Amino acid sequence: MSHPENATVFLKDKERAKWHDDTLWIVRQKRDVTIHQIPEWEKLRELASQIKDHTLSKLDFYLEELEKNATANGIKVHWAENAEEHNKIIGKILDEKNCKAIVKSKSILTEECHLNPFLEEKGIEVVDTDLGERIIQFLKQPPSHIVMPAIHLKKSDISDIFHEKLHTEKGNVDPVYLTHAARLHLREKFLQAKVAITGVNFAIAETGEFVVCTNEGNADMGVHLADTHIACMGIEKLIPRRKDLGVFLRLLARSATGQSITNYNSHFRSPSPGKELHLILVNNGRTKQLAREKFRNSLKCIRCGACMNTCPIYRRSGGFSYGSTVPGPIGSILSPGIDLKKYSTLPFASTLCGSCTDVCPVKINIHEQLYEWRQEITKAQGASLKGLSMKLANGIFKSPLAYKVSGKLMRASLKTLPDSIIYNPLNAWGKGRNLPNLPEESFKDWYKKNRNK
Amino acid sequence: MSSKASILAAIKGLNMKEKPLPEIPDFDVAPDLIEAYTHSLNGNKGTVVSKEELEQLIAETGFPKIYSSSPSFATFTNCELPQHPADFADLDLAIIEGQFASAENAAIWLDESNLDLRAIPFITAHLVIVIKKENIVGNMHEAYKRIGATKSGFGVFIAGPSKTADIEQSLVVGAHGAMSLRVVIL
Ligand code: SF4
Repeated sequence: MSHPENATVFLKDKERAKWHDDTLWIVRQKRDVTIHQIPEWEKLRELASQIKDHTLSKLDFYLEELEKNATANGIKVHWAENAEEHNKIIGKILDEKNCKAIVKSKSILTEECHLNPFLEEKGIEVVDTDLGERIIQFLKQPPSHIVMPAIHLKKSDISDIFHEKLHTEKGNVDPVYLTHAARLHLREKFLQAKVAITGVNFAIAETGEFVVCTNEGNADMGVHLADTHIACMGIEKLIPRRKDLGVFLRLLARSATGQSITNYNSHFRSPSPGKELHLILVNNGRTKQLAREKFRNSLKCIRCGACMNTCPIYRRSGGFSYGSTVPGPIGSILSPGIDLKKYSTLPFASTLCGSCTDVCPVKINIHEQLYEWRQEITKAQGASLKGLSMKLANGIFKSPLAYKVSGKLMRASLKTLPDSIIYNPLNAWGKGRNLPNLPEESFKDWYKKNRNK
Repeated sequence: MSSKASILAAIKGLNMKEKPLPEIPDFDVAPDLIEAYTHSLNGNKGTVVSKEELEQLIAETGFPKIYSSSPSFATFTNCELPQHPADFADLDLAIIEGQFASAENAAIWLDESNLDLRAIPFITAHLVIVIKKENIVGNMHEAYKRIGATKSGFGVFIAGPSKTADIEQSLVVGAHGAMSLRVVIL
């Protein structure tokens, strides 16, 4: 199904859609409050952007540095060209250990590689230990957000599934009660697991270490109790120097949820005596994205989720409507690079208001890249598809005036339109859009400047 | 071709022009670091307590199992360090020394020299970290300067108790790890 079709499904439950929208907007506002306490915020974004640009421009060098230094520290480094190879490497390690149950902490990469179904087919029990991830795992759903995986669910949904799986009281929706039930359940799993899998937030070439950030402490509970730790990272997660972490850790949590930092920021450099530490470096299409000059810098993404929280379309259509592992604005740039046909509607799931670009801590020009993808897709589909993409491309992009007018309406609507208009059932996502803080250079100005290039 | 070779070849083949790596400048920090630290810690749901307050808490609460690797509170230890961290699953209170802390976000740095077992600050029900006031720095840049090139197998910035907001964004403290964090500034 295309994004508009999925969005229509999401919007059927008007009340829930509004709640989703409001909740994410609150997260966005929390981010604003925190960053205003940091006078050097813009400078930090600039630094982060430059550090990532630099790393990507010498990625081969830094990957080899990382491997060399990590190996010297006693980490076993593996390389995987694609998802299949990534899964096989993990499968092999588990086979060698004769391991039948693992605990895993939030990793978007393992989701991208479909690791869970692969392991389950091998008869291995996979327990996602992040609370949000565990909830959706019970419900057999994918995450709908990269930082808040269960953001689409209400506490009554969670109470119901916990009643079924964990035998909590029926109808008890108290988040404290439910969280503590999960704590008891997961503690048992932590104490039994011999192998723990985690993602990686940052890997440091200079020291051969990597950093994992959580608020719950689930990654640490898993790895420190297990004998073997397998960490999986996309090759773009690298940064050159340890001190670069100062920049990224200041930006990550503030952008994600408005916290000043995640409560646990663990630096893994070598295994504990007698234990094993594996690091898998995964490509899975990243070198292809690197080769696309216009889209190269989408690889700077540190997966904070800020672009999702701010996006009027994401907030009003839900993460599932994108049908991709990474939803929202950044997902709409990354996914077409993986499968242009399947994800051809995603770059159109945007008002191009530029708010994503505005909040991105590593300064990815997200909305400009969305526009670029529209061009590519329209070209690729040519005359054969006079569908949504053409209509949008013609309707909006060939008529700057139309954009200007609708842009003005959008600007006005944020504060003045009553909810009854925004959430009118006749209103598809594309109409009921509002604009959060406007970028200094609106799309219109940008378009004017770039049109003749 | 191995995957390593093919990944590296794909990148090399792009002949990308090297972009500059910036130096990280110094930034202004809060004038009163202890005050800023306390404020940040409260934001993360931790609390600053005095030595006396902690001693009183321990006396009143009567935690059955306490492990302190901090010399300042060594007398409270009432159990042995186990071989396997799982045997600390019933640890009620751990008291650890932190090396230094960043005032802007309350993050305290600990590495293996502070952790008799890596699992201790996570598996304990309640956590106390002891820091010296002269070891409070302004921000994360200064914190990484302090870490420098040290070579610990594991290091962690802990900034608060274990918490989650995964159920309808309601903040709940005590997800998997420590249900509280108290910081004693000596
Ligand atoms: S694109 Fe930027 S804002 Fe979006 S998740 Fe990535 S880093 Fe965060």
